[in-house]
Amino acid sequence: MSEALDVASSTHEGPPLDRPRIQVVPLRGLPIVAVVVVFVAVAIGTNWQWALMFSHVAGGGLWTGIDLFVGLVIGPILGRLSIPARAEFAARFMPKMVIIMPTVVMMTLATGFQIARQLGNLKIDSPNHAWLIVSFCVVGIMAAIALGVLEPANIAVLFEMNKPVPNGERIGRLMKRFIVTAGITGIMQIATLIIMTRVATQ
Amino acid sequence: MSVEHASASSNMVDRPYPPVAWLSTGALCLVIIGGIFLASYAPRVAPRSVTISLLAGGAVLLAASITALVRVKVFSWTTFMKVFKWALLAYVITAGMIEFAFVGDHTRGVSLVIVSCMLLIFAVSVPITIAFTVARYAEPD
Repeated sequence: MSEALDVASSTHEGPPLDRPRIQVVPLRGLPIVAVVVVFVAVAIGTNWQWALMFSHVAGGGLWTGIDLFVGLVIGPILGRLSIPARAEFAARFMPKMVIIMPTVVMMTLATGFQIARQLGNLKIDSPNHAWLIVSFCVVGIMAAIALGVLEPANIAVLFEMNKPVPNGERIGRLMKRFIVTAGITGIMQIATLIIMTRVATQ
Repeated sequence: MSVEHASASSNMVDRPYPPVAWLSTGALCLVIIGGIFLASYAPRVAPRSVTISLLAGGAVLLAASITALVRVKVFSWTTFMKVFKWALLAYVITAGMIEFAFVGDHTRGVSLVIVSCMLLIFAVSVPITIAFTVARYAEPD
């Protein structure tokens, strides 16, 4: 598996690689992901109220916080760094995002629908119904941006940096895509905060 | 690797490709819209004509994406398959969890079939987008 995930080219023709290989998926994190997946499955399967709420609140809090921080704090800083500095940062930062973000998104979404249904928030006469529909739309737009643009760019940067001769211009272009989309999802998370605090207090 | 070789390689990998990622992302967008539409009606049943139209649109875009992909002659299929199989594993697990939540919430019948088909498109389209984006910048096989 390590061989499959370690992507440094095996057909390297140039000078020996003096850069450490980037592990696109940090294997040490996979057992933690497995525990989270089992926990969420048990919570859903047994309708365990505390575990459902914990998964949704912890996953959602992390998702929102990370998106806001990356989009509005890390992103602008990254945009002002030189290409080598960006590459150095990305080599350490992006593999962690590859494993953290899908996990917290899965925790939040898989449990959120069940909680909303149990609390009656999905019913048409619920005061929270309209807010939840807006929330679905916000999450839908964020998912399309994250899955269609941000994550592919993130992984493509890591593969590019593992090449014997990485293309700096291409890395810069993909990183710009990452920074812009992270900024958009960060701003959209503000809407999520407003919606979820409205839902929790009505 | 010489400068000339690097430059030639760069030209090879920066060549234009069909809009595979755009089509698969379009399929993803349609099933996301369909999912929002279904969820907005829960626990009632959403109008089937709308959900089935969105599902069919997503299926057509995904099929177009796969067709455009298999027609590409010069491409790093090795890189594509390496990324695709791991991404597919990850998104099949994610889709499975969402399906599990719907089944746990007693979604049954045609609604469950529609949700399952939408999740299938989700689980295939995202790995295609990721793997194609990575492989288009890799050295062709």
